[in-house]
Amino acid sequence: MTDVEELLARTRKLLADHPPADTDRTDFLRARFDAGLAWVHYPVGLGGLDAPRALQAVVDAELAAAGAPDNDPRKIGIGLGMAAPTVLAHGTDEVKERFLRPLWVGEEVWCQLFSEPGAGSDLAALATRAVRDGEDWVVDGQKVWTSSAHTARWAILIARTDPDAPKHRGITYFVCDMTDPGVEVRPLRQITGEAEFNEVFLTGVRIPDAHRLGEVGDGWRVAQTTLMNERVSIGGARIPREGGMIGKVAATWRARPELRTHELHRRLLDHWVDAEVARLAGERLRQQLVAGRPGPEGSAMKLAFARLNQAISGLEVELLGDEGLLYGEWEMRRPELVDFTGRDAGYRYLRSKGNSIEGGTSEVLLNIVAERVLGLPPEPRNDKDVAWKDLAR
Amino acid sequence: MTESSEPTEQPLDLLYSETEDDLRAAVRALLADRAGHQTLLGRIETDSPYVPGLWKSLAGDIGVAGLLVPENLGGQGASHREAAVVLEELGRAVTPLPYLTSAVVATETLLALEGESDAAAGLLTELAGGRTVAALAVPLSTAPDAELPLGATVGAVADAGAADVFLVLRADGLYAVPADEATVAPQTPLDLTRPLATVTTGAGSGARLAGPDAARAAVRRGLLAGAGLLASEQLGLAEWCLEETVRYTRERHQFNRPVGSFQALKHRMAQLWLDLVGARAAARAAADALATGSADAPLIAAVAQAYCSRVAVRAAEECVQLHGGIGMTWEHPAHLALKRAKADQIALGSTGRHQDAIAALVGLAPPG
Ligand SMILES: Cc1cc2nc3c(=O)[nH]c(=O)nc-3n(C[C@H](O)[C@H](O)[C@H](O)COP(=O)(O)OP(=O)(O)OC[C@H]3O[C@@H](n4cnc5c(N)ncnc54)[C@H](O)[C@@H]3O)c2cc1C
Repeated sequence: MTDVEELLARTRKLLADHPPADTDRTDFLRARFDAGLAWVHYPVGLGGLDAPRALQAVVDAELAAAGAPDNDPRKIGIGLGMAAPTVLAHGTDEVKERFLRPLWVGEEVWCQLFSEPGAGSDLAALATRAVRDGEDWVVDGQKVWTSSAHTARWAILIARTDPDAPKHRGITYFVCDMTDPGVEVRPLRQITGEAEFNEVFLTGVRIPDAHRLGEVGDGWRVAQTTLMNERVSIGGARIPREGGMIGKVAATWRARPELRTHELHRRLLDHWVDAEVARLAGERLRQQLVAGRPGPEGSAMKLAFARLNQAISGLEVELLGDEGLLYGEWEMRRPELVDFTGRDAGYRYLRSKGNSIEGGTSEVLLNIVAERVLGLPPEPRNDKDVAWKDLAR
Repeated sequence: MTESSEPTEQPLDLLYSETEDDLRAAVRALLADRAGHQTLLGRIETDSPYVPGLWKSLAGDIGVAGLLVPENLGGQGASHREAAVVLEELGRAVTPLPYLTSAVVATETLLALEGESDAAAGLLTELAGGRTVAALAVPLSTAPDAELPLGATVGAVADAGAADVFLVLRADGLYAVPADEATVAPQTPLDLTRPLATVTTGAGSGARLAGPDAARAAVRRGLLAGAGLLASEQLGLAEWCLEETVRYTRERHQFNRPVGSFQALKHRMAQLWLDLVGARAAARAAADALATGSADAPLIAAVAQAYCSRVAVRAAEECVQLHGGIGMTWEHPAHLALKRAKADQIALGSTGRHQDAIAALVGLAPPG
């Protein structure tokens, strides 16, 4: 069942059986999932048809043309991009059946309880403890910078189950219920004024063993599935020419001749070239994926876009002169979704600072490129074979 | 799961085909066998840096001289995509060969005239077979949209010493002037792998191929193809620089560890790799846009030039620096790449010129 014609026939049948115009949005999305047209590369029965990933575009185009609703991927990015591939790769059959449908449909938002005050880049140093108690695990600790914890129903969580093992080997991976009474979510205000992310305090949170993903002590390996998909989902979106940040400043440049200077013109053209090349590189990456020849270029995309977004939004604030001195509003809000290019130039400038931190810092990504892509030797390390409890903190 | 779609027509094909991979392998093997860096170092200070017989093997036996030329004119009927792959390999090996000058710029110029002029078509057939080498008599620095020189004497003409015939632009059109009717005075080039000379041709010499308007359009087309495909040469050169730097810094030990394990160096090499990911996409885009005759070709060629020039120079400069003292020596090939990269930055239009072209094409006007 990988044929384009069959896929189109199936899509048209879905549209005929559930005409978007008079079907409830959630009902339509559920029916789409059940027809295997949610993510065609997923298994049959879990929203897919075991078809090549590239064929998703055929379905999406047909549905979009018919005015069908989508699942608002911007609101459920962590679920789609990170939780789902991990559940699929490491969950039991019951776990996959329970979680994937409401995740994809958007009925249940997910968040990622990974980073801690003492464990960011060095995530494997994390200190949140999970202790076995009968059929449950009891979790105590603190997570931080947790995006969408305030809207999430579920979380992917990594916690330490064996403090005597070296740090990478004593971690276990869980699905955590965000409505558990032991979960406390406090907004953490950002430099933009609002709070996309949160601090999350976990006190005696009970997680059934059935909600463990992978083996006890194997959580670091399971987390690699999540982290690899995080980088792909951050860098993978398709962009038209002058899409994203460069389009904003180019529009201002065209509309406001009085703001132009020669020095800004040179820098604008530098960035325009870089943005167009990054767009072409993203397009090339997609063509490689479609051809079944994925390259390591995905990690390059996130690095490139972080740098570009920061440089371009910085230029835009300067270009605006007097207006660049102003800021839309500093009111503390807890937004439901992240909008990198929304709002005004000042917001874009500040928000883009996070692009080189979230999902792995640019420094850490450069280490990964150097070691895994170029094969350069690692730095000497002194933390690999030491029990976690004996490490300096 | 809807995604925004491309506003422009057909997306460019940015991958390499199997045929292109095979062509690359053949060219790489030939160059490794016949024109290694030590061979080049032994030749660059002689009268001619070109390795004897290499052009014949590459142009004639592998048949790369006629890639852009249709089969009915004796060419391969391939495209800019394949020519770009050849240039990547010539850039990697910094090979002195009149490929960009004759098989791309001069050939593309003649392709614009082939329908009108039997002489142009005849010359194309000779170029396609690799029997004749042609050079467009303009300075190597000439951008596709530049004012074109009309004087009897033109300096900094690339590969003039290898040319059998010059394409000379005069007020009344384009002429093919046999090399033995021209005076070629070699200059001392920064890049010893691409010789330069001053070319002087007498007023009435040669055969006229086209009138003034057709001549200008043809020369622009030749220069545009040259600029777009130069990006592939720069890509290949930068790739070699990075690979060689990674190889060396993994082996070279200081402070009881490989210098390539120091993060300050790793980040610089990782950054270069990142730049190469962009350069490859840009160079492929330019080759494909030229091959398909896309209306976007002038824009994408300018983008590729503006980007790849910078990447090649940076890669070569990092290559010298990260090799330490040995990178500063004549016997190490890093300087061949550095000199080629720096000269390529000027060749076929500087970054600033290409940026100006982009500004005009996408409507980002300067102040005032
Ligand atoms: C907007 C935003 C949203 C986020 N959302 C989430 C979320 O939903 N869930 C979640 O779990 N986390 C989230 N994070 C956290 C993010 O993953 C971490 O901030 C990030 O991994 C860096 O960790 P850190 O903040 O502890 O910085 P540190 O690791 O302390 O880094 C400090 C500095 O040291 C550098 N550094 C660290 N190690 C090295 C090294 N080996 N080599 C060179 N330099 C190094 C870093 O690059 C950085 O510049 C979010 C962060 C941001 C900014």
